[in-house]
Amino acid sequence: MRFERRADVSVPALLVAPFAAILVSLALCAGLIVAAGVSPLTAYAEMLRGAYGSRLAVTETFTRASPLILTGLAAAVAFRARLWNIGGEGQLYMGALVTAGLGHSMLSGLPAPLAVALLMTASMAAGAALLAGPALLRLRFGVDEVVTTLLMNFIVILFVGLMVEGPLKDPMAFGWPQSVPVAAGLRLPDLVPRSRLHVGLLVALLAVAVVWVVQMRTVFGAESRAAGLNPRAAAFAGVPMGRTLMLVACLSGGLAGLAGSIEVLGPTGYVTTNLSPGFGYAGIVVAMLAALHPVGVVGAAVFVATVFVGADAMSRATGVPSFIADVIMSVSLLAMLTALLFTTYRVRR
Amino acid sequence: MSEAIEILTSASLWAAVLRIATPLIFGVLGALLCERAGVLNLGIEGIMTAGAMVGWLAVYWGADLWTGLLLAVMAGMLAGLLHGLLTVTLGLSQHVSGLGITLFASALSYYLYRLWVEVGDLPPTITAFTPLHIPALSDLPFVGEVLFSQMAPTYLALVSVGVVAWVLARTPLGLALRMTGENPHAVEAQGLNPLALRIGAVVAGSGLMALGGAFLTMATFNSFFPSLVQGRGWICIALVIFASWRPGKALLGALLFAFFDAFQLRLQTVVDGVPYQLFLMAPFVLSIVALVLVARRARVPEALMQPYRRGER
Repeated sequence: MRFERRADVSVPALLVAPFAAILVSLALCAGLIVAAGVSPLTAYAEMLRGAYGSRLAVTETFTRASPLILTGLAAAVAFRARLWNIGGEGQLYMGALVTAGLGHSMLSGLPAPLAVALLMTASMAAGAALLAGPALLRLRFGVDEVVTTLLMNFIVILFVGLMVEGPLKDPMAFGWPQSVPVAAGLRLPDLVPRSRLHVGLLVALLAVAVVWVVQMRTVFGAESRAAGLNPRAAAFAGVPMGRTLMLVACLSGGLAGLAGSIEVLGPTGYVTTNLSPGFGYAGIVVAMLAALHPVGVVGAAVFVATVFVGADAMSRATGVPSFIADVIMSVSLLAMLTALLFTTYRVRR
Repeated sequence: MSEAIEILTSASLWAAVLRIATPLIFGVLGALLCERAGVLNLGIEGIMTAGAMVGWLAVYWGADLWTGLLLAVMAGMLAGLLHGLLTVTLGLSQHVSGLGITLFASALSYYLYRLWVEVGDLPPTITAFTPLHIPALSDLPFVGEVLFSQMAPTYLALVSVGVVAWVLARTPLGLALRMTGENPHAVEAQGLNPLALRIGAVVAGSGLMALGGAFLTMATFNSFFPSLVQGRGWICIALVIFASWRPGKALLGALLFAFFDAFQLRLQTVVDGVPYQLFLMAPFVLSIVALVLVARRARVPEALMQPYRRGER
C-alpha cells in the first residue's frame, strides 16, 4: 500500500471529511457507552435532547458555541500560516482578565457601546501581545512556539489566580477567589430573553466574516495562506515572512482574547480560574474539523458545543460519565486528521 | 538569606530533587527517543496521564506495584502505536496528531476512572512505593538520605538514562535510529525500514513516558485525579530541546529543573508576602528562558517532523 499525491485537493472529499470523522468518532465511542451499561442509541438521543430538546437547551448550546467559534478561528488562522498557536487557552484568560479589570469601574463615564468596544479591543490587544511574544521568540531565536505557547497557558492561569486572589479580588464574593465584576451597564444584552445567550454570538459571527474577507480578499490574507502552504516558495515570491507571521500571531491571539472578553461581558460577568472548560484546546479541534476554513469553524464549534452541553444532560440522565464528551471530541480530531489525508492523497496498491 | 542556605544544605531538599526529577527523567528520555528517530511526540502529556491512571488502577484492583508499572508501560506503548500509525504510516501532522493523542489519552483515562472507580469525598488511595532501606548505605549521614533512600523506580529512571544513552550511541540499532531522524532516505538505501524504526522508537518512547506518569500516582501521590500531570509532559518536551537531544544532558536538565522546583516549594514556606502563584510559575518561566538560551545552539535532528513517504522527496 502506498500513498500517491492527488493533482488537486478533492473538494467533495473535503466536504465529506468532517461528517465522516464525526460518524467514526460516535461509532467508536459507542463501545465506551456500552461499557457503562447504557445503550449508545439511548445515550446519543439523550445528548441531542440535552442540547436541543428545549428552548433553554438550545440557548445553552449556542452560548457554549460562541467562545468556541472565536478560539476555533484563532487556531484556524494561525495553523493556516503554520504558526502553531496552542496557547488559545492562555490568550482567552488574558482577554477575560483585562475585560474584568478595566470593565469594573474605569470606563464607567463612557457611553456603554463605546466602553464595550474599548474593552473588547483591549482584550484583543492583550491576547495578541501574549502570542506576539512566542512568535517573536521563534523569529529571533528559533524557539519552537508549540512549547512556549503551551507553557504560557500554565503561566497565565497562575497569573489569573494571583490576580483574583489579590489585586482584582472581589471583596463581596464571600472569600471565593473570583474577580471583581464588570459594571452591570457593560454586560452584553441577551439575544434571547430569560437565557444566557447573548450578543457575543453575533460578535463571534462578525469575526468569522471579517477573517474570511481578510483571508480571501486581502494581500495579507493571501500572503498568510502562502506562508502556510509552502514557506520557502512564499519567501522566494517576496512574501515578507516575518511581518506576515507577526500579523498572523496578532490576529490569532486577538481572536482568542476576544473569546475571553465576551465570556466575561456575557454569561459570567467576572473571572475565575475555571472560567474556561478548555475552550482554548477545544478550539484546536474546532479548527481541524473545519479544515481550517473560517466558515466551517461555525459548524464545527456548534458540533463541539452540542457534544459538551448534550453530554452533561446525558450524564445526569444515564450515569455515563460526562468525560465521554472529551473522548468524542478527541477521537473526531484524530479521525478528521486521517480523513484529511484522503483529500490530498489517494491509496494505491 | 540564612533560610535559603539552611534549605540548600538540608538533605531533604536534595532527596526531593531526585524524587521530583524521576517522572521528568522518564518523560524526557521518552520524548528524546521519539525525536531522535524523527517524530515529535506531543502526546506525552496524555500518555503520562494514561500511565498514571492505568498503573494506579491496576494496583487499586489488586495487582502488585511492579505489575502496575508494567501495565502502565503497555498502555503508553499502545498510545504510542496509535501516534506512530498516524504520523509515520500515514504521515500526518505530528503537531496535530500529538495534541490529539494528548486530548484522547487524558479524556479516556478520566472517563474510565469515573466509570470504574467509586469516588467519594476524597479520591481512593493505594499503598504506593516506599523509600528503600539499603543496609548500611541508607544510614550514611546526608548521602544516605539523598542517594540511598529513594523509591525503587527512581533508580530505574537513572538506569534508563544509561541504557538509552548506550543504545543510541553504541549499538547498531541506535545508529539506525539516529540516522532515521537525520536522513530516512539513507536508512532506506541501507536496506533498513525507516518506518518500522520510527514506529518502534515512538512505541518505546511512549512506554517510558507512561512510566513517568505512573510514578506520579504510585510514588509521588497515591491517588489519581484529573489534571495531575500539570504540564510535566510539556516541560519534558522543552527539556529535550534544552538537552540538545542528548540523554546525559537530559538527565542534567531534569535534575536542574527538579532542583528549582524543590527549592521553590521550600522557599514558599519561609518567604512571606509573595503570592504562591509566583513560585508555581517559576518552573514554566524557567523552561521558556532555558529554551531561549539554547535554541540557537541546539542541534535539531535533520528530519524531525518530516514525514517519510517512500518514493516521495
